[in-house]
Amino acid sequence: MLEYGFMRNAFAAAAIVALVAGPVGYFLVLRGQTFAGHALAHIGFTGATGAFLIGVAPLWGLLGMTVAGGVAIGLMGERLAQRDVAIGLVLALALGFGLLFLHFVTSYATQATALLFGNVLAVDQATVWSLLGLGIVALAALGVIARPLLFASLQPELAEAKGVSLRLMAVLFLAIVAFATAEAAQIVGVLLVFMLMVGPAAASLRLTRRVGPGVLLAAAFALAEAWGGLALAYETNWPTSFWITALSGLVYGASLLPAALLEAESARPRAAP
Amino acid sequence: MIALSFRDVELALGGRTVLAGVNLAIGQGEFIGLLGANGSGKTTLLRAALGLVAPRRGAIEVLGKAASRGNRAIGYMPQIRAVPANLRLSGRDFVAGVVNGARWGLPLLGAEGRREVERVLERVGATALAHRALAELSGGERQRLLLAQVLVGSPQLLLLDEPLMSLDPSHQAGVVELVASLQRSLGLTVLFSAHELNPLLGVMDRVLYVGNGQAALGTVDAVITEPVLSRLYGTRIEVVRLGGRIFVMAGAQDMARDTHGCGEHAHEQAHEPSHDHSHGEHAADA
Ligand SMILES: Nc1ncnc2c1ncn2[C@@H]1O[C@H](COP(=O)(O)OP(=O)(O)OP(=O)(O)O)[C@@H](O)[C@H]1O
Ligand SMILES: [Mg+2]
Repeated sequence: MLEYGFMRNAFAAAAIVALVAGPVGYFLVLRGQTFAGHALAHIGFTGATGAFLIGVAPLWGLLGMTVAGGVAIGLMGERLAQRDVAIGLVLALALGFGLLFLHFVTSYATQATALLFGNVLAVDQATVWSLLGLGIVALAALGVIARPLLFASLQPELAEAKGVSLRLMAVLFLAIVAFATAEAAQIVGVLLVFMLMVGPAAASLRLTRRVGPGVLLAAAFALAEAWGGLALAYETNWPTSFWITALSGLVYGASLLPAALLEAESARPRAAP
Repeated sequence: MIALSFRDVELALGGRTVLAGVNLAIGQGEFIGLLGANGSGKTTLLRAALGLVAPRRGAIEVLGKAASRGNRAIGYMPQIRAVPANLRLSGRDFVAGVVNGARWGLPLLGAEGRREVERVLERVGATALAHRALAELSGGERQRLLLAQVLVGSPQLLLLDEPLMSLDPSHQAGVVELVASLQRSLGLTVLFSAHELNPLLGVMDRVLYVGNGQAALGTVDAVITEPVLSRLYGTRIEVVRLGGRIFVMAGAQDMARDTHGCGEHAHEQAHEPSHDHSHGEHAADA
């Protein structure tokens, strides 16, 4: 299948995106901010449809909106009680605007589907280069803040006392999540970003006890799911995004098994009469 | 040398004065019990020493320098335990995440960092359980790891915010004994906040009691008295000493005792649902 240029582009794009989404997702799950990540993807939809309206490539509209949304959510602060409500309202409002923008660009109906569910087979070489550039920026930024971010995620109050700014960490991290989201949306669409970013990371966090191996396993899962999805889509002619989400669900389900088996094992002697 | 001093300090949160006119000096090597009712300002006082709450007036000094954020000489155990209960990270990585945590870059430890992690784990006797996931540890075992985190970087002053929270009496005694032995062997100054006076009686040098917007520092015999505590609680207080234990009573209610502790007095609590209630609210806040 690699004899086709579009497949080569798809595999390259999927690899770049997976290697960014896995590690970023690890911290997203560790920090319990998966809902914020989910919301950012939806906010990105508005950016992309808005970009259509003014004739800009949707990737940049998406990126602009997700970064703005990420910074805004980060500024809301860690302790704002009603934060999830605020995020939920903003995301629904953004989707409403996205729908309105779409209403004005009726000729782009297929583009809308691509935005929502992804169309990795349509990724061209120029987009691959853009994804590579964005991916490098996101991973480099994550590498720079990783240590204080981990500290702030595990022990926020102590980190604050040791001089880490929780607000700065939240803003920088969600800006990185915004980059990863804009990337992942090119592969699986804004509705399914969750499966590529949170699925592999959540599975990895269930299977590993150490941070380093955990981050690497999350990236490996994401890569396996993205490439596996592409290969299966090629064989079956079913949508790539379907296969990626199916594999992501499968991997997460399988990650629950060891603990479930152990539990069943330890319950058996007691259950016996 | 003075480890911690407050001079005419007033602390306010959200425009409300929490403590005013606080004057105290804690010498190096002292073990101070920090006591007071829910909402009396224990956490606020500790956070002020960390430079996280700026005093509205007065001056706070830590080891001769004005209190400021990022002071490496202070070890802090926050009251809010942010660790998600289902976290499968190992205890060792949980402690390692704190080493040089404020520095930019990748969280790679290096040989020195790894030695530091092993050193603090051994200090609190947690080496054997450090490979296990946090989700699989009991509250008391997790408390040991939190204490290990506090010791990272060899601080001289420990600010411990309710280390006895949700521990049963025997584990409470274990934690108090552990902190006291660390304090003695490392020559540390300890400020240990608690809801219950009795577990600390054997180890603390002095008591810092907060209430009614005020603070009183002194020996147990000087502070745990009816006039001082009546002032701090704003109501008539009776102090009852019974077999080496002290009970601070307002009417029939024991004020300085945690609902989690002292199972033998359980039926006393049954008469005082309001006591349980205040703890329930507190738990919901955290
Ligand atoms: N952000 C805030 N804004 C306004 N008031 C606050 C804020 N945080 C705490 N307070 C108030 O400050 C007072 C002191 O709170 P603090 O947390 O220091 O009490 P505490 O003695 O540690 O109580 P506890 O035993 O419940 O931990 C309380 O009355 C509380 O309601
Ligand atoms: Mg408190």
